Amino acid sequence: MTSQILIAGFGGQGILFSGKLLAYKALSEGKELSWLPSYGPEMRGGTASCSVTISDESVGSPIIDNPDVLIVMNLPSLDKYEKTVKKGGVIFVDSTLIGRKVERNDVKAFYIPATKMAQDMGTPNLANIVLLGKVLKECPEIGMNGMEEALKKVVSKHPEMYERNLKAVEAGYNY
Amino acid sequence: MAEKVLMKGNEAIAESAIRSGCLHYFGYPITPQTEVAAYMAKRMPKIGGVFLQAESEISAINMVYGVAATGKRVMTSSSSPGISLKQEGISYIAGSDLPAVIVNVQRGGPGLGGIQPSQSDYFQATKGGGHGDYHLIVLTPSSVQEMADLTSLAFDLADKYRMPAMLLADGTMGQMMEPVVLPEPKNCTVDKPWALTGTECKREHNIVNSLYLSPEVLERTNIERFERYKEVEKNETRWEEYMMEDAEYCIVAFGIAARVAKNAIKVLREKGIKTGLIRPITVWPFPTEPIRKAADKVKGFISVELSMGQMIEDVKLAEECKKPVSLCSRSGGMIPDVEKIVKSVEEMANGEAK
Repeated sequence: MTSQILIAGFGGQGILFSGKLLAYKALSEGKELSWLPSYGPEMRGGTASCSVTISDESVGSPIIDNPDVLIVMNLPSLDKYEKTVKKGGVIFVDSTLIGRKVERNDVKAFYIPATKMAQDMGTPNLANIVLLGKVLKECPEIGMNGMEEALKKVVSKHPEMYERNLKAVEAGYNY
Repeated sequence: MAEKVLMKGNEAIAESAIRSGCLHYFGYPITPQTEVAAYMAKRMPKIGGVFLQAESEISAINMVYGVAATGKRVMTSSSSPGISLKQEGISYIAGSDLPAVIVNVQRGGPGLGGIQPSQSDYFQATKGGGHGDYHLIVLTPSSVQEMADLTSLAFDLADKYRMPAMLLADGTMGQMMEPVVLPEPKNCTVDKPWALTGTECKREHNIVNSLYLSPEVLERTNIERFERYKEVEKNETRWEEYMMEDAEYCIVAFGIAARVAKNAIKVLREKGIKTGLIRPITVWPFPTEPIRKAADKVKGFISVELSMGQMIEDVKLAEECKKPVSLCSRSGGMIPDVEKIVKSVEEMANGEAK
């Protein structure tokens, strides 16, 4: 089983961080993985994307042309990547930031007002994590396994962030 | 087994170098290898090592030259335009028969080029780069694990053969994260009687130099050096064969191109086109022998590269015109995707390859 996940949005939304969390989650499950960021001169406000491949066998190319799962946090990313998703794939849309619906009908789509939910929870910069929570629920091949351990590792320098992130994951998961 | 950790390729190079006993690093920042320098800057002061950001790449490589002359393990890293600047120093290090490790996390060129991954420094790395008769041992990692393992190997080979070794990576390898088991800490085990360590008035003094004004002596020195290169070719050529047992078409690719090629091979085999891969792990010395042998079995070769076609020349030399060789490549920071590779192999299978 191999899952190819593409996360895209503006720089500063935690796109790479979401991917890192998925990567650590896969590591703590003992799976094979690769994590490949878009890199460049982009800073906050520019576009950012991150390709995460999680597999039971060794990962071939870390580059994802056709993702199984697409997570988008801005309109340009949905416009750019919607057509690349595999038939039968899943698209997760931050509906606070993206007004339109997914146009394809051969993929599943979920709309989560992640940015609004994160704001309401008092942690406006955790919209990426809320969105990720929903992904873990709707994609059983990814699932919740190893998530808490991964969170602990990723925010190990800021233990107060662990609870907040966990709350954000749960909010998305239960949405 | 040691613990698997998640690391960027660039960080894996730096940590592996430190574990290989490299306590001297000189560099100058450039995307996409800056994490190597950043990691060294953080770690070296804590372990009594030297991190120095030089005023230029030229300066950094000459600091490497200096430390190498003392017999200490030393490394510099950069990306394509920066590696061009280092060529004079690399030639001097080779001409002085000194071990050193140079890392090139390639980006698109020529000129200042771009910052996206590339393999277009292949000629520079394998055919000289600087002036004069010399070679580098050139290792091409294809995973974060190999970024660590081949860095470690580069130090050992450089010491063993008294010559500079280069890790030829690309932006993707540098930026991606994968689980990696880091090598156990070790040190140089080779004796270095030639090193400039101070005579303490107990021995003749050593001279490290690349200047030979007598052409007879310079020729002899070069011939002796090439005798050593022959040993390297005999002992240190490395490659991986993937699904070659029954292959009718052979892709030759290294680094990130080899990773994409493996995915393409899966697709091709589902379509009934038996394709395999020979992945050079050293591009100097080039794995000529396995390609020559494959030429007797396969119907053709496809060189997959992130350049306008550089390695393809070595593939053609290796297979001695026995079978057609076609090029599948992107340039300037683009990466050939699975679809493009599949199409190239199909074209060859249908006799349409140019």
